[in-house]
Amino acid sequence: MDNTAPPRGLGKAPTGIAGLDDITNGGFPVGRPTLIVGGPGSGKTLLGITFLVNGALRFGEPGVLMSFEENAEELAADVASLGVDLAALVDKGQLLVDYVHVDRSEIEETGEYDLEGLFVRLDSAVRAIGAKRVVLDTIESLFGGLSNESILRAELRRLFRWLRDRDLTVVITGERGEATLTRHGLEEYVTDAVIQLDHRVLDQISTRRIRVVKYRGSSHGTNEYPFLIDADGISVLPLTSLTLQHAASTERVPSGLEALDGMLGGAGYFRGSTILLSGTAGTGKTTLAAHFADATCRRGERCLYFLFEESPQQMLRNMRSAGIDLQPWVDGGLLVLHADRPSRHGLETHLTVMHRLVQRLHPDVVIVDPITNLLTVGTDIDVRSMLTRVIDFLKIRGTTALFTSLTPGGADAAATQTVISSLMDSWLLSTMEVANRRRSRWLSILKSRGMAHSNEEREFHLTDRGVEIAAGRADDVRGSAHAG
Amino acid sequence: MPDEYFDLRLYVAGQTPKAVRAFANLRTICEEHLAGRYRIEVIDLLESPQLGRGDQILALPTLVRRLPSPIKKIIGDLSNTERVLVGLDLRPRGSGGV
Repeated sequence: MDNTAPPRGLGKAPTGIAGLDDITNGGFPVGRPTLIVGGPGSGKTLLGITFLVNGALRFGEPGVLMSFEENAEELAADVASLGVDLAALVDKGQLLVDYVHVDRSEIEETGEYDLEGLFVRLDSAVRAIGAKRVVLDTIESLFGGLSNESILRAELRRLFRWLRDRDLTVVITGERGEATLTRHGLEEYVTDAVIQLDHRVLDQISTRRIRVVKYRGSSHGTNEYPFLIDADGISVLPLTSLTLQHAASTERVPSGLEALDGMLGGAGYFRGSTILLSGTAGTGKTTLAAHFADATCRRGERCLYFLFEESPQQMLRNMRSAGIDLQPWVDGGLLVLHADRPSRHGLETHLTVMHRLVQRLHPDVVIVDPITNLLTVGTDIDVRSMLTRVIDFLKIRGTTALFTSLTPGGADAAATQTVISSLMDSWLLSTMEVANRRRSRWLSILKSRGMAHSNEEREFHLTDRGVEIAAGRADDVRGSAHAG
Repeated sequence: MPDEYFDLRLYVAGQTPKAVRAFANLRTICEEHLAGRYRIEVIDLLESPQLGRGDQILALPTLVRRLPSPIKKIIGDLSNTERVLVGLDLRPRGSGGV
């Protein structure tokens, strides 16, 4: 073997899967095996291949895939979703795939044997491309193909020693077992790092979770983290409970309505703060949010707007008739509308999508309209902690976030939303009143941390020029001089 | 199939005791049951590792019956003659053995 590699032992081999490298503090242990455990369809194979593909494409580490379960066609179909051309990687000598097929029905066993043939194959593959990474997917198929379990176990032990001696960073996949972690107790041989994948369906909503069960000699996140498998491959939402350490900006961002800025101490929201806008149906929440989006784009900043109730076309049309034309911002790329049905995924999956879009688009402002629709798909998990993590994530990035929230008619808004409102820096409430057969809409600020703000309910109108807020009393916003 | 020709391949990796034993056992069995209608090709994977892929070799030693078809594989040092005969289809399954 060549000796050009950096010293190994405590190093990390990045997977290139952003969130996963975060929760493992850099990736899998270099020169050691990592066991990935999961049930059928949990994404084990895809994770292994992603590790190899990223190793080859991004980290200059060629890799060998020894596939015990799938043939070339199945494998190609598996990774087609990744948009990766396996054949091209193979042609360039960055990847070598060996399909191992064991069929007990065609094998007769008589007398002593060993698995030297497997070693020879692996060795020749590793040498052929100078591989640094190896994925064995999944070696426990051997238990189905060979009947002499004591030989098999002795040989597996020898195999892992052999892999270590060659400083290969190895991923072994294993089928989840009933009594043991893996069906055939692979964890007995791999003691360095164990990652568990889980695919649950609760209330007809599927959720994938990943957990670092064990990582010898390294700190790691211990939670279950949601992850996604889609057209962009695998992404993990690396949500950790962050401390309140984000910098608090004193810079203000206008709300898009001069009168509302006035209610917020004259200048709008704090940059990087979180704003909750709650209200009953028909109280102009989306219109108020659209003003904010419009103002963001006018400043030349980027706004990412999540729609969980309307389609983008619907929303754009409605806002156009309310006098807010967002189409040019969409066309220019400053406004990105992302619509999804809340019931399509679990809460974590939505949050993972949001997380990834934020990382990709680097928006200055994020709007979620409405957040309440998302909360209804939260099942047994702690909605509050999930939301806290997302808010922390946005705050650390300095992203200003506006969440609209639909409150049930009649109920006391302040009481029903305590779960999320305490996470918010500013809380706006819009309500509707019927008096003398006339509906009137009222906007008030329940709280806004760190600034003097309006204490008055102000009437406002939804016009074809957007929201118009009535003037308040002269002494409404008090003490702006000693704000903050 | 009394006059069928047997094309056999014995895969090994170096001259290990198991490999030597397997070859000796195989020669004895062939001489006794297939005299004049067999060929044994010994493939040392240490010399030509790439050949192991084609026949899907994992365990060593592995005896592959290439002809007559279908392909049969027998792994181990071939010390149990009955099982080798069964594996080569020279004796019906379950008729012999101790």
